[in-house]
Amino acid sequence: MDAIITEQIPRLRRYARALTGDRFAADDLVQDTLERAWAKLHMWRRGSDMRAWMFSIMHNTFINHIRKNRLDTVSMSDDALEVPTRATQEDFLQMRDLASAIGKLPYEYREVILLIGLEQMSYEEVAQVLGIPLGTVMSRLSRGRERLRTLMAGENTPVLRRVK
Amino acid sequence: MSKRAKQLLENELHAYVDGRLDAARRAEVETWLTEHPVDADRVAAYRQQNDTMQALFNPVMHEPVPLQMYPQARRRSYVQPMRYAAMVSAMVLSGILGWSLHGAERNKQPPVMAMVNRAALAHVVYTPEILHPVEVGKEQEEQLTKWLSKRLGNNIKAPHLTGTGYELMGGRLLPGNQGPVAQFMYQDAHGLRLTLYISGKMAGKGEASFRYAQEGKVGVFYWVDEDLGYALSGEMDKADLLRVANAVYKGLNQ
Repeated sequence: MDAIITEQIPRLRRYARALTGDRFAADDLVQDTLERAWAKLHMWRRGSDMRAWMFSIMHNTFINHIRKNRLDTVSMSDDALEVPTRATQEDFLQMRDLASAIGKLPYEYREVILLIGLEQMSYEEVAQVLGIPLGTVMSRLSRGRERLRTLMAGENTPVLRRVK
Repeated sequence: MSKRAKQLLENELHAYVDGRLDAARRAEVETWLTEHPVDADRVAAYRQQNDTMQALFNPVMHEPVPLQMYPQARRRSYVQPMRYAAMVSAMVLSGILGWSLHGAERNKQPPVMAMVNRAALAHVVYTPEILHPVEVGKEQEEQLTKWLSKRLGNNIKAPHLTGTGYELMGGRLLPGNQGPVAQFMYQDAHGLRLTLYISGKMAGKGEASFRYAQEGKVGVFYWVDEDLGYALSGEMDKADLLRVANAVYKGLNQ
């Protein structure tokens, strides 16, 4: 039984790192999520989707951490950036811009964008994990992505001006 | 376009970005995009967002998982598990503060207590390592003890803890308060780890009695024997750790 939980840990850590933008805050979130999952494991229906179950526990834990102000610094720190060695300078800038732009999004948008883009969940799964209607998932996705695009375009503007 | 039609189109574009459309609907969207460059730009940007976040965060999946996240670590721990991050940062901080700000006071601290402090710190730093818990593995035990003996200027032995369930993993050389120190690491079948920290140049009082200290959730049994200071650290209750400490002592004096 433990294995079905522990095999989710790498995904949970990846999502938490993107969500919080901070290595320690992310692992703190994962640790709390795991504690809750172990305590509630008897409530999990055998055969149902463990990933969805774990991610919805993480969502609740995340909201809790925000309420308790354990996550007030949400901007992405450089520490959260894991740059693959093969990345070019351009890729690196792109990644840094995206990381800082994600940190500026309201967390409701951040969750939806990351569950879909990073975790590659279907829209229905996201609705289930976050406990919101499908229509809300779609509108958060649309607004969130557009805001992310504007933020990233905005961050590139000064560079373009200098070129002129 | 009506508000509803706009919403439907918007949903379709996102589903296209995320590869959620069948061939027929995908073709429709592609036709639409060739005629609507503004939407085509957006779609390209959203795709780029997905690709970039994958490139940015996928490496996290391959990082070693902190030991505390495994249920084995949780069950075997009798103390409410303190967060690894908080633990390490607190200990590192206290170490740094002790070292830089209160250097004078630290010097007044008995060398044995300074050793216990550093042993517990080294324990929390190295036991969560998955890939490189030790510098030299047990398969090179002879070279390891020879090397450590030479560096510490003393005869260093890696005791075998027969009958305790703990196996030697290997060891490493570390900087101590008074020159180089050795750390040996042991692991049981559940992956629970112990470390034995050995420091030279300890003024022996001629008597090797066990003493116990608690540093955060790390328990430490320590003693001095013939100029060498020993500190056995583990995240377990005192009685279990004492049992291993006895085996260490026995192993050293064989």
